[in-house]
Amino acid sequence: MKKYDVIVVGAGHNGLTNGAFLAKAGLDVLVIEKNDYIGGATVSRNLHKDWKYSNCSYVCSLFRPEIYRDLNLAKHGLQVVTYNGGFTLTEGGDYLGSYNDHERMRREIYRHSPVDVDAYDRFGTEMAKWCRFIRPMLLRTPPDPTSFKFRDLDELAFLAKKFGELGSKDLHDFMRFFTISVADYLDQFFTSDLVKAHKAGSGIIGTGLGPMSPGSAYVMLHHYMGDVDGSMGAWGFARGGMGSIATALCGAFQEYGGELRTGSGVDKILVTNGRVRGVVLENGDEIQADRVVSNLDAKRTFLQILDPKDAGEKVVKAAKRFKIRGSSGKLNIALNGVPEFPALPKGSRLIHGDFHIVDNMEAYERAYDDWKDGRFSKNPYIDALIPTLTDPTMAPEGKHFMSVFVQYCPPSVNGREWTDELVKEFGDNVIDHIAKYSPNFKDLIEHVEVRTPREIENEAGLTQGNIFHGELTLDQLMFNRPFPGYAQYRGPVNGMYMCGSSTHPGGGVMAAPGANAAREILMDMKLSTTVPEDASDD
Amino acid sequence: MTDMSNTTYDSIIIGGGHNGLVCAAYLAKAGKRVLVLEARGEIGGAANTMTFCDGRKVSPCAHYLNQLNSTVRRDLNLTSHGLKMAGSDISTIALNPEGDHLFLNDQGASGAGISANDAANYGRFMKLMQQYSTMLGFLVDLPPIDIFNPDWDDKVAALKLGWNVRFGLGAEKMSEFLRMVGMNIYDVLDDEFDNPTLKGALAFDAVLGTHTGPRSPGSVLTFLYRMVAGTDGAVELPEGGMGAVTSAMAKAAAGFGATIKTGARVASVIVENCVATGVVLDNGATYSATHIISNADPKTTVMDIVGPRHFEADFVKRVDNIRMRGNAAKLHIALKSLPRFTNLSAEQLRSRLLIAPTHDDVERAFNHAKYGEASANPMMEISIPSIDDETLCDEGHVLSAIVQYAPYTLKGGWTEAAKDNFRDACIDRIARYAPDIRDHIEAAELVTPADLEQRYGMRGGNWHHGELTLDQMLMLRPAPEASRYALPLDGLYLCGAGAHPGGGVMGAAGKNAAKTILSEGRS
Repeated sequence: MKKYDVIVVGAGHNGLTNGAFLAKAGLDVLVIEKNDYIGGATVSRNLHKDWKYSNCSYVCSLFRPEIYRDLNLAKHGLQVVTYNGGFTLTEGGDYLGSYNDHERMRREIYRHSPVDVDAYDRFGTEMAKWCRFIRPMLLRTPPDPTSFKFRDLDELAFLAKKFGELGSKDLHDFMRFFTISVADYLDQFFTSDLVKAHKAGSGIIGTGLGPMSPGSAYVMLHHYMGDVDGSMGAWGFARGGMGSIATALCGAFQEYGGELRTGSGVDKILVTNGRVRGVVLENGDEIQADRVVSNLDAKRTFLQILDPKDAGEKVVKAAKRFKIRGSSGKLNIALNGVPEFPALPKGSRLIHGDFHIVDNMEAYERAYDDWKDGRFSKNPYIDALIPTLTDPTMAPEGKHFMSVFVQYCPPSVNGREWTDELVKEFGDNVIDHIAKYSPNFKDLIEHVEVRTPREIENEAGLTQGNIFHGELTLDQLMFNRPFPGYAQYRGPVNGMYMCGSSTHPGGGVMAAPGANAAREILMDMKLSTTVPEDASDD
Repeated sequence: MTDMSNTTYDSIIIGGGHNGLVCAAYLAKAGKRVLVLEARGEIGGAANTMTFCDGRKVSPCAHYLNQLNSTVRRDLNLTSHGLKMAGSDISTIALNPEGDHLFLNDQGASGAGISANDAANYGRFMKLMQQYSTMLGFLVDLPPIDIFNPDWDDKVAALKLGWNVRFGLGAEKMSEFLRMVGMNIYDVLDDEFDNPTLKGALAFDAVLGTHTGPRSPGSVLTFLYRMVAGTDGAVELPEGGMGAVTSAMAKAAAGFGATIKTGARVASVIVENCVATGVVLDNGATYSATHIISNADPKTTVMDIVGPRHFEADFVKRVDNIRMRGNAAKLHIALKSLPRFTNLSAEQLRSRLLIAPTHDDVERAFNHAKYGEASANPMMEISIPSIDDETLCDEGHVLSAIVQYAPYTLKGGWTEAAKDNFRDACIDRIARYAPDIRDHIEAAELVTPADLEQRYGMRGGNWHHGELTLDQMLMLRPAPEASRYALPLDGLYLCGAGAHPGGGVMGAAGKNAAKTILSEGRS
């Protein structure tokens, strides 16, 4: 029976990235996927007639450009198109638009709040500063602060140097930024509640924090630190939906000789004498390999596919208390036309971007209070997009696909499991909410797929439906991700690795965890690395 | 104006709060000529004893002593200056609405149906927290480490910190510390314990005096802070109220030769050629000194007393951005006689009584504060100091409760009606645990954060002169250019809780400021 060098469990974007870099190094790699389709949460699914839904992740921004270039993803069909526009609707029937044209943007801020115009520039400058600070850390392995190995000390010295270069004032700003709430952070710049609300959404997407919770400013950065075509903070669409990213990664993987097997769930990682031997599939088949990499989240990895005996008591305890509460839901909607928003000027192109409905900070926070108490938000934050206005390949001609991300949506409702009725109630609430601002919206709807954490967990395998494979709080970032002592992509058993978003630098369609894990594996095998380093040109 | 106007001092301290008095004492002890100017008619600032309802006495702000710096206590010989404890090692009782209370003391946790597992975990958890606090404790007695321009002392302190963290704790506990330090207490409590009453009590202790709920990241840090800066959580009750502590400090300062003037409100600081050289009182009197030391909070000092025009714009912006939101109010009740608390003996009323049934209740109480509302179900730390301290009233008793959350920025403001409403809500709350309390009440008053600001000048009614968060601690407190007590204006210093190591009746900031000033000539 064939024995592989490496088996990767899960064909999410990180699993495929990991497999691609390993195959590129000449290893014999098998990627195993439980679903019949690849991509995990990076998918385009054909769930209604000729529509393609990016039914989990829906925009591309964080994806590391170094990986895009190195794996030649353009050749494999991946094309990322930036989009313009976006707006926040107010209860009073007005809107705040987003414009790429700097002067136009300043005029728009001025229309709502003259004193915030210059603050908008200062805000942008400071965000760019933190993006530049953090980006070089994305494609690096976090040091173990308790270790005295040369490599860890060297990495700690690198970090110390980075902080040293900041100087005391920037360090103050940095500490402030990384520990305060997005509401407090925005308060330092803006006076207008609408301007703050327009910016605050990225501080809560996917997290179990409210905009007034300390730590949410970092979450905002997590959504800002990407770039599309060298344009920092830009968001874009993968042409053909998010699945194109997985398809391109898989193309690269297979071109380097990797093998893919779909429709096969992994039941257990085989371990004998403290060393990985391969995996057992759910159908009982055994596949041999010297190394096994898990693209699953830390809970599934250490509490499901690794035997607790092999994981050890300490790891099991750490995995049990790993925080991975789901907080988001999603509606994927097939539309027969573009919904009208009477608040917008006629023919406005703002609709090409993402739009939001919450117009004040208190409403945001109250949506979070609902979630804390185990309810889905009555007045939720939504991040809605119609990608088909930019990428017509995702729907039949003249028809549209709309992605509606909803924050907050709890993993269980008042302590009880989700039921189909509750899922419907959740979806209807969101649709009614949008319809308040768009009178023809309901009439245009042809099909709706409602996804609560239950659906996200069952299909994409994200525990509790947490889109980041674990919350992005200080206790679960850098050398604490997923837990102390295991942040360098190696598991508790020889030959076992992790490459998913439960590892540094965390969630989002970034591909950095997969690449970093490949670098560590190649290092252990004493092979020269195929993984690129950070190539930020600033 | 007065005969004193021409006197020159080495140091003028603006404000006779506990840190100002400690600073004065240390400077005077070193032979400096020191003048303390206190705006109010009595010294002590918020660490004071006030009278209400026919001469009954109560501490208007903090009522327990759990952070008083041991070096200060020893150096200033506070005991010989009359400081006595009416109670020490005061235990805690977390009240349960059903009467199944939880008892917390150095022996551990008991009652409230606590499981053996939880009781054992409680002991282990508190021991771990004590280890962390021991490891960090020495930082309280030093100026914050300057990591960018370290002098010899900084290097020694940094090495000691590194050694304590790595070898004092060991690799495993160090990892655990680095994981926990940024967390919220709510999740930690869920990881460690099952008992809701225990979780409620610890959650409340973590957020006492802050603008956070148990689910806010950073609440583990504030929990730890109380222990780091204190005596591992030991709680004492000063005889004569908190004013007795500052009165002993004032006697110590005066004993070393410092002059203390009350009723002397500093209107502004005199700045000549970019150097602070003196102060002007609101009655026009002026005093000069080479060191002008402000015990007021940093915002008030920079924005009101000195004025932003004397500082660089960037610094002013940083000071203006200091978060200091007050949420803690005080409820004072004059009692004819002791009320009966369900399932508690009169003896047990000597304990620190907590009303914080579950950690979810504490979080829900905080929800209101986020929106500028007073908590519908407020959380409380209750003390009945008159049981142990007969000096507080001739007859009857006084009940003193710290109540959260009562945000400074209440929507609609703290009008008399708003105060009455909240006071009654608080009494209702106590009545759930002591059903007959209304029969015992002679009078009750509520002191809101707005009152605290108006009376004691602490901006925002924030007890700590600035919230205790990672970005407002150590070398970042109150701002990077000002963390070593000297403000970026020659001759001007801070000695209050707005400087390192922060708030609480501790005296460490005043002591460190004095030591820094005294060491200036030497370096």
